[in-house]
Amino acid sequence: MVETENILIKKTWEILAGVSDPEIPVLTILDLGIVRDVVITNQQIEIIITPTYMGCPAMDMISMNIKAAMLEHGYKNISIKNILSPAWTTDWMSEEGKKKLKSYGIAPPNPKQIVCTPNAFQEEEVVQCPKCNSYNTQLISRFGSTACKALYKCYHCHEPFEYFKCH
Amino acid sequence: MQYLINYTLYLADTTLILSQRNSEWCGHGPILEQDIALTNIALDLLGQSRSLYQYAAELIGNNATEDSLAYLRNEREFKNLLLVELPNTDWAQTIVKQFYFSIYQLYLFQQLQQHSNTHIAAIAEKAIKEIMYHARWSSEWVIRLGDGTTESHGRMLNAIDELKNYTNEMFIPTAYEVEMNIDLKLIQQQWNEKVNNIFEEATLLFPNKTFSQTGGKTGTHTEHLGYILAEMQYLQRSYPNAQW
Repeated sequence: MVETENILIKKTWEILAGVSDPEIPVLTILDLGIVRDVVITNQQIEIIITPTYMGCPAMDMISMNIKAAMLEHGYKNISIKNILSPAWTTDWMSEEGKKKLKSYGIAPPNPKQIVCTPNAFQEEEVVQCPKCNSYNTQLISRFGSTACKALYKCYHCHEPFEYFKCH
Repeated sequence: MQYLINYTLYLADTTLILSQRNSEWCGHGPILEQDIALTNIALDLLGQSRSLYQYAAELIGNNATEDSLAYLRNEREFKNLLLVELPNTDWAQTIVKQFYFSIYQLYLFQQLQQHSNTHIAAIAEKAIKEIMYHARWSSEWVIRLGDGTTESHGRMLNAIDELKNYTNEMFIPTAYEVEMNIDLKLIQQQWNEKVNNIFEEATLLFPNKTFSQTGGKTGTHTEHLGYILAEMQYLQRSYPNAQW
């Protein structure tokens, strides 16, 4: 039986909700907001994704994992398209995703883009410690273990932590 | 169409070679956080060059791929700015090089975001968010070192002197840049203003009159590029079509 397009699209989104980010496995690719659209043409499923950062090495793996998940559910006619515009922003991260990040120990991105300008020595963003909720924290480095994170330390519980920087 | 291919390769080669230079610092940074910062910048630049090479490969056709463009072209085919192929030497010189390029890239990509070619515009729109970080990080280091100790100030003077002949190349248009319709005069103005402001804060002075060493954009390079390519391309040249 040929599935109607709407059902196929709905199923695809359900399958995508089960694909996690290889570097931050608590987040699904939908939590991250990198799946932009699902388009069906003649039973061919096209999944449109966008990278968080241009050099993000996880993107190739994400494409592979999407294909594998779709195949597992019996869908073979899949293509994945990478687009750059509009550029990804942390505003696209789901509220659910932000909660998951925090309980995983990574401070979620602040809702407002505060410091994304090229000016030197600006005031740093106030970031809440994901472990003890204190705001008495300080930036150690604007760059971290992955392109999307910065390093902070907490002066209240004295733990270092990562911050998913606003972008 | 040739001008568009050349222009895309100019941007791709420049970001790739600077990325390659910066990654030489991996494991050698002055402190861990700055080692990570510079390698992150290298990764961003590599990502940008990948998108550009992918687009160039599409334009060229003929089975060209991002990899064949990066790994199988000769020195004379590379169109990168001379500035980015120069050796790192020390931290000061690495910083000044990155600073000069990031400020240029910032204003250039602001224009490219509005370009009538939607591919180039999309790449610029995406990259500019990353460039903000690079411009900010390198500006802060220029100030920190210039207005720092006698040693760091001296090293900055040395770096500025070493690099002084290589900045004008960014603003002297080649034929393919003219066809892309980019206002390099405006970029030069914005660049001069920004660099002078940061230098003033860093108690440094930008050299007034300089000789303009050019050639990179059209494939005439310093002796340093050959060494970078030899290292970068070694595997694909020795074991053609080797897969990761």
